[in-house]
Parts: sequence; C-alpha cells; structure tokens
Amino acid sequence: MTETLVAFDDVLASYDPAMGLEVHVELNTRSKMFCGCPTEFGAEPNTQVCPTCLGLPGAMPVVNGKAVEAAIRIGLALNCEIAEWCRFARKNYFYPDMPKNFQTSQYDEPIAFEGYMDVTVPTEEGDGETFRVEIERAHMEEDTGKSLHVGGATGRIHGADHSLVDYNRAGIPLIEIVTKPIVGAGEKAPLVARAYVAQLRDLIIALGVSDARMDQGSIRADVNLSLSPKGSGTLGTRTETKNVNSLRSVERAVRYEMSRHAGVLDAGRSILQETRHWHEDTGVTTSGREKSDAEDYRYFPEPDLVPVAPTRAWVEELRTTLPENPTQKRARLQAEWGFSDLEMRDTVGAGALLIVEETISAGASPQAARKWWLGEMARRANEAGVEVGELGVTPVDVARVQVLVDEGKLNDKLARQVLDGLLAGEGSPDEIVAARGLAIVSDEGALSAAVDNAIAANPDVADKIRDGKVAAAGALIGAVMKEMRGQADAARVRELILEKLN
Amino acid sequence: MPEITRDEVAHLANLARIDLSDAELDQLAPQLSVILESVASISGVAGDDVPPTSHALPLTNVFREDVNTPCLTPEQALAGAPAVDQQRFSVPRILGEEA
Repeated sequence: MTETLVAFDDVLASYDPAMGLEVHVELNTRSKMFCGCPTEFGAEPNTQVCPTCLGLPGAMPVVNGKAVEAAIRIGLALNCEIAEWCRFARKNYFYPDMPKNFQTSQYDEPIAFEGYMDVTVPTEEGDGETFRVEIERAHMEEDTGKSLHVGGATGRIHGADHSLVDYNRAGIPLIEIVTKPIVGAGEKAPLVARAYVAQLRDLIIALGVSDARMDQGSIRADVNLSLSPKGSGTLGTRTETKNVNSLRSVERAVRYEMSRHAGVLDAGRSILQETRHWHEDTGVTTSGREKSDAEDYRYFPEPDLVPVAPTRAWVEELRTTLPENPTQKRARLQAEWGFSDLEMRDTVGAGALLIVEETISAGASPQAARKWWLGEMARRANEAGVEVGELGVTPVDVARVQVLVDEGKLNDKLARQVLDGLLAGEGSPDEIVAARGLAIVSDEGALSAAVDNAIAANPDVADKIRDGKVAAAGALIGAVMKEMRGQADAARVRELILEKLN
Repeated sequence: MPEITRDEVAHLANLARIDLSDAELDQLAPQLSVILESVASISGVAGDDVPPTSHALPLTNVFREDVNTPCLTPEQALAGAPAVDQQRFSVPRILGEEA
C-alpha cells in the first residue's frame, strides 16, 4: 500500500508526537546469561550452544553474576532505583528463535526502575538544550537465536519456505532499557530520540559493559511513536518500529512515522497498533505482525531460578565504579584540551567526543584529533551516509597518521591518501605508507637537486627572492613539490630554497 | 478437577517428542490424574494471605562465575533436530516476515 506522507512542518501544526524508546544492550560478558557458553560474535553456527541454552530437558540455568553487576551499574548510571528483590520470569511465545518456547526475562520486577537521562539536543545557537528523558525500567533478559529465512516465497500455501536457526546468540545477556513516554519534544522529537540513543551508547561504552556496536546489533533500538491532536494532552495509538540500527536511522524513523501517522489520521482513519519494520536502504517502515495477536505472553515467575536480591552494600560499592557524569566530564575535557566553546559544541554535536578523546590518548594533540575527525573524517562519513565512528577507521589509526605527520614523514596531502587506504581496508597506516610508497622523501641529495632544478627553471622568481621578496618562494616550493610528486616536506623545501638564494 | 484422558497424554507425549507405547499410556494417564489432583488440593489450603511462591527454597543470589564451560559439538546440538541444513536447525517458516 502506498503511504500518504505529511510534510514534517504540517505534522507539527496539527499534532503532538509522543515517543517511547526501547534499547537492547548486549553485554560483553565472556559467557551467556544462564550458562557457560561463549558469546563471541561471528562464530560458526551452533558451535556456542549447550543443553541449557538449547532448552533440552533437565538442563538447569544459573544466573551470570557479572551480568547482574552490569545491569546494576547501567541502572545506577541512569539514576535508577535498584530493586531490593526481583525475579526472572518466563515470557512464553512460540517462535523458533527460542528453542525453549519461552525467553527468560523480567516482567513486573525489573532490577532497575524510575531513572532519567539528561539529553543534550543540538540547537542552532548556543550550547544545546537539555531535555530530560525519564527511564521507566531496565531489566535483564537473554537474546534470541538468529533465523535465516530461505525458500520460495512464491505465494503457494504449501511452499518450500523454511527458516534456518543458529542458537549461538540465544542466551547472551541483554539489558532492555525502556523510557517513559517522551512528550513535549515537538519538532525536536527526532533529534531527542537520536541524542538519547547516542548518549546512552556513550554511557554504555564508558561503563565498559558492551561492545556497543550498533552495526553488529550489540545495541538495538525499537522506536514507539504516536501522535495526538495538538494540545489535547492525550496519547494516541502507537506503532513500534523495530530494526533501527544506526543513530541516523533512529532520527529518520521517528520523522518517517510522524509523517505516516499524520497521513493516516488526516484521512480520518485509525492507526493500527502494530510492529513496523525499518528499511535502512529506502528509509521507510512496513507493517509487521499485529501486536495484539502476540501480546499474551503468559508471563510467570521462572521456577528454575532463585530471586536476585542485591545487598545495599553491593549496590553502593558498584556506585563507586561508575564513570564520570557526562556533563562534568565534558567540562573537564574542554579545559584539558583547551577547546573553545564552539569547538567543544561541534565535537559533541558530531558525536565525536569519545573518538576524539581516544585519538588524543593514542598520542595525537587535541587540535589535531579534532581537525581530523571533524574535518576530513566527518566529510567522508557524510559522503558514505554513516557516523564517523562507523567508518571502520580507529582512533589509534588516526593518531598514528598524525604522529607520522608530526615526525615529518607525511604531509597533509599524503596523510589524506593514507586515510583513503584505511577506508579501503588496506591495513595499518604504516603498512599503507609502505605499500603505496607515500613517505616523504628525506633524501637531502634528491631534494637539493630538485630545488636546484626549480631555481634554474624559474630565474625571475629566484631573482625576486634574492632581492628579499621571500613570499615569492611559494612558486618554487610548488615546482619542487610537483617534481617530488608531493612527497616532500614543504617546510624543509622552503628552508633549502632560502639557504641557496641568500 | 476432571481426569486427564489417555488421548491427552498421547498428545502431550507427541508435543514433547516422547515415544510412549500403548501400555505406557494406559499406565501413565491415571498416574498423571492423581498428581494433578494432589497439586490442585493446594488451592484449597492457601488463603488470600498466602502469596504464591515461585521457588521451593528460601534462597537468593545464586550466581555463576563468568567463565566458559564446554559446549556441545554442532553434531551433538543438531542430533535431535527433525531437519538440518547448513549446520542450522531447519524449521517451518512461521510468519511471513523477516525476524
């Protein structure tokens, strides 16, 4: 069905958006939530499974203490209360991604609840605006297996369609973080959603509890959205968009669903409460199953697991391991790096704070780290339609390129060619320099000869320099760089020219 | 509490992939009925002031160290699967959607 989409400004003229975000964080524990199977990404199918995570008769789960610790730390970092006593529950459903026919989750007794996160939303002027996102709960559960759908799809009722299931991922610890309805964001709703997921991801990275790779699914966002008539103060019927696996897509999915909902409502029809699938390539959502059919999960307390009752002493001990509050950290880094307000705002706004920080720790100067990530790398990320962090170039790589520049082995032009190589996956910066033959020629003899040639070929310019017009040296530097195919240190060339002509 | 029938036991056994002989069905059906009746008698004892329990033992915080233990081999894992393809469990497609 073709959707009628309403222009964003027109949506806002008639409706107020409300959002709810559910973010699943896959923990980076060595073993699964309830058994000792490894959790490595990308292993051969069904090689990281055992009787417990396959749900074989008689197998008994035991809770991974490290995962509970991570859940509590996430809860504390989100300013949540930590439950004094809580249980796991069985969420029963019949879908082959869980071999047990239920997922072990938490129901009405989450380990963490009633928190908030203050989200900084970029504004055109000033330092950005703070928007408080209230957290309903963060609970522990396990991931499901991965299904590979194969077969005909020819429309035959008894077609050959089937699914192939790999249970390596089944049982990996997940923390699901659920917000309360986010209302009052208005036109900023798509930006608030994106900033919330971005800040949550940075927090998870700072806590060190997950790889936090959206591209590998270790952080996954579901976006609930509804519209209500402007000023009514009510909540409309929501849709839940799944599969939203990049920051940019979070923003786009909110924007798209706002436009689509308005189209349905303007036509006098009702929003169907359903799951929608996000399509990264086309930027649209399509209808999934109707939510009401699948809603009855017959939750009941898990009889094979005993309750989790974190002592207050343990909770307070974990509180001392929390990373610095993001606002304070930003102020500290700005002072340490000597960034202006504008430089700091641009760095945060580009989602590059953590990358810049890591690049500086890897040996680059603050200004150089900022220059690479907000200049060259941001431009390339923009061209590729991804976040700077998703380019596949690491802070360590960029720091190494800058070190090579600082040591006079690369100039800016050559450094950019090394970045080309990094993006093309040609190896480390040093390997690329060697393979592409990019190093600056430090052979003084060759350089000196090139300078002599340039002077001989441009006698008028040489005379000007001899007369003290040092600015004219630029033309000779250009000629030398051309002869050296860019692989010379311009500052050294300039020195040589001035030495020879004075 | 109605008695559990022989047909119901046969159905449950089939769902659980347990192969039961006719003799075993004849024997098990009355036994299951007795068990269900015994369990049902609890509801007559517990008043409104008794909260439902979820575990028989008064334990909390039973945790496992985050260490790896041996897995099954893929051959072992897939041994009970009705159908296998590409080292994966092959199952009928349930919903016409991507998961």
